[in-house]
Amino acid sequence: MIALDKDTFQQEVLEAEGFVLVDFWSDGCEPCKALLPDIEALAEAYGDKVKFTKLNTTGARRLAISQKVLGLPTITLYKDGVKVAEVTKEEANKSSIEKMITDNAL
Amino acid sequence: MENVYDVVIIGAGPAGLSAALYAGRAKMKALVLEGSKVGGQIAITSEVANYPGSIHDATGPTLTARMVEQADEFGAERVKDSAVSVDFTGNVKVITGEKGTYHGKSVIIATGATPRIIGCPGEVELTGKGVSYCATCDADFFQDLEVFVVGGGDTAVEEAIYLTKFARKVTIVHRRDELRAAKSIQEMAFNNPKIEFMWNSVITDIKGEGIVESAVFHNRVTGEDTEIFAHEDDGTFGIFVFVGYDPVSKVFKDCVDMDETGYIVTDPQMNTNVTGVFAAGDIRVKTLRQVITAAADGAIAAVEAEKYIVHSFKE
Repeated sequence: MIALDKDTFQQEVLEAEGFVLVDFWSDGCEPCKALLPDIEALAEAYGDKVKFTKLNTTGARRLAISQKVLGLPTITLYKDGVKVAEVTKEEANKSSIEKMITDNAL
Repeated sequence: MENVYDVVIIGAGPAGLSAALYAGRAKMKALVLEGSKVGGQIAITSEVANYPGSIHDATGPTLTARMVEQADEFGAERVKDSAVSVDFTGNVKVITGEKGTYHGKSVIIATGATPRIIGCPGEVELTGKGVSYCATCDADFFQDLEVFVVGGGDTAVEEAIYLTKFARKVTIVHRRDELRAAKSIQEMAFNNPKIEFMWNSVITDIKGEGIVESAVFHNRVTGEDTEIFAHEDDGTFGIFVFVGYDPVSKVFKDCVDMDETGYIVTDPQMNTNVTGVFAAGDIRVKTLRQVITAAADGAIAAVEAEKYIVHSFKE
């Protein structure tokens, strides 16, 4: 997975062609850390169809809010730089993220 | 039947992990179904200051990590799975999860409780968009912004105090005219210059395009409705909801006795009405739902489960 920051987000996500998945997380978010292995497993399975990235929102708060992300964990799927699907909080689990990928990107 | 555990523990909060620790230490073959995450409620709690011995670095996550380590050390197995259905009718209990089926000579239900929602329009749609139930997860988005905290119990007031480290102003919105939180916590809140109070009030509507932009506050005494909008420069504000909990017991409906709100009824030894099935922690009918009472329940349940197995499964 590609670790993004506020300087690379524009290029890697908003200006990218095709599907990009962003895992919004932060240092203080325990549910995010618990979810990470599941997302890494999905990256193994779908990495050829979707570019998997993650953004630590600590230090990139304005960027996260600009993407209308104000809660963690949030997993967002972009296509050609436009948000097409998102799961957040309790909904952000392995099966719903996988469904978001298969419904939109396959 | 292969791979029958002595005890299958459903849930990995303080009750489940304490049961796992005691079961493991008693050389029972123990399995913990930990669901999507370990730690339960405290995994997202900013500070656990009332658990004996938990002083330095007393955050929920650090305490959880130590509990997990301890349970692992005594040999309890853990699996990331949630119970979908259960069959407690046989001598060996069957738990069907999303990933597998598990068999246990005894079962400890420690699924706990989950934060209750306000139940007003816009709340679900704007969760993660300004509405939050987890201060440690989301507080830093509200650096220098305004935040409303809904609730008046220990959790609401403690998390409000935590949020003052980030937010410009924190308003506690409470449906009564006095707090229910412990006096010492109340005092800290009253002395905090960043905390204000909106008494006798409830939120009845949350609005916004993609993020929270306004909310309607209803005063239960005057009957007045007031819509508060985010400051133009802010664009948004936070609404943190701590209005109590609901038991996670749907899977066990009609399998064990519950009260009318879904909490499981046990005797002081954590026995449910089904022999060999125990319940521990927040899921039980009890008066005090805290880490310490959950841990105590877990220990008792594990010890009673061991006694039960020795009696009922002589070979």
